[in-house]
Amino acid sequence: MAETFNFELVSPEALQVSKPVKMVSVPGSMGEYSVMAGHAPIITELKPGVIRIYADNEVDVTESLFVAGGFAEVTQTRFTVLAGEAIPVSKLDRAALKAESKDLYAKIDTAISDSDRELLQKQWAVLEAKLQAAA
Amino acid sequence: MPSLKDLKNRISSVKSTRKITSAMKMVAGSKLRRAQENAESARPYAERMARVLSSLAMSLPKDLGSVPKLLAGTGKQDNVLLIVVTSDRGLCGAFNSSVVRESRRVIRQLEMDGRHVQILCIGRKGRDLLRQEHGKKIIHTVEDMGRKRLSFEDANIINAKVMALFDAGAIDVCQVVYNRFNSVISQVVTVKQLIPFAIETDSGDGRLEPVVGVEFEPNEKVILESLLPRALAVSMYGVLLESAAGEQGARMTAMDNATRNAGDMIDKLTLNYNRSRQAYITNELIEIISGAEAI
Repeated sequence: MAETFNFELVSPEALQVSKPVKMVSVPGSMGEYSVMAGHAPIITELKPGVIRIYADNEVDVTESLFVAGGFAEVTQTRFTVLAGEAIPVSKLDRAALKAESKDLYAKIDTAISDSDRELLQKQWAVLEAKLQAAA
Repeated sequence: MPSLKDLKNRISSVKSTRKITSAMKMVAGSKLRRAQENAESARPYAERMARVLSSLAMSLPKDLGSVPKLLAGTGKQDNVLLIVVTSDRGLCGAFNSSVVRESRRVIRQLEMDGRHVQILCIGRKGRDLLRQEHGKKIIHTVEDMGRKRLSFEDANIINAKVMALFDAGAIDVCQVVYNRFNSVISQVVTVKQLIPFAIETDSGDGRLEPVVGVEFEPNEKVILESLLPRALAVSMYGVLLESAAGEQGARMTAMDNATRNAGDMIDKLTLNYNRSRQAYITNELIEIISGAEAI
């Protein structure tokens, strides 16, 4: 049995998760990776995607949360994720997301300035990732 | 000498005022509790953000060329953006006027140093009070902030505005004047520098762990560049939360005082009323008696 380590998931408005876990996989900007106890210290940027928490062993996912980007920090003793937004995957509503995505797509088409379009496209990318997570 | 009827009217009007102020006090009290809870739950994120930032700052290469401008500054201090955080509504004691007074002082100081000052008002009151003297410098006002519940999104919106100004080179330095929540009865007016961003390399209590051989993915620079605007938003959020809690605290204290004053006033008026009534009765008796004696 592997050791456990402390995993923390914080969003600006609350401390969402804080408990000992066996393994956590996070969507790093250069690819998804998993962290177990004793991982080398690393700070990474996260892209929108799903965080999977394996609390009891390395096989069963006990919790999965969608994060809209953020940062992950691994130190000798802890693993901290600073998320922009974190929602349990089970609470994502596929139909509502699809409608939202459609609206946003229309908005991108009619966006006037480049900076507006860029912003909307970013939102759209987050939404797409959400949709994928909900599937 | 006011007549009995006048006194009675005044007593009843002060009584209804007292009802209003005591209700407002209670409302402010419950809002204060919520604001404090909000501030409480935002703290972990800010703490961890500061930790990540400081470990980043320590492992950053020392040559200044690679340090983002947000951290190192633009090399100038000519254009200053002053963010004035006040409330939208009054009736909260000296809450707004003290922030505005401090802002005026800061503006005068900066202008004496030959800086160009721009103002971003958060809250209607700040704009109203600054408009006469510094109307031309106010570039934007944000109103109805956190009407229902202050969210991180609100801070993000303001932050996006500030970042846009900074990226366009319109500002070099950004400071914020706000009420820091000290306790329910005391709010401390604070001036805080947001840009260039000040990283605390030592948290003071020595809890900071030495970071050795931390890896960065993709690399320090990219992470720092995307982390800094977010850190800025986090401190903005912190400022807004403090100010929101301070506002409710100030209003609660002000309304408590008003309620007590109204009580004192009612007592005094009632005494006056009773005295006048007694004098009136005595007068009438004297008149009757002396009338009877005359016969």
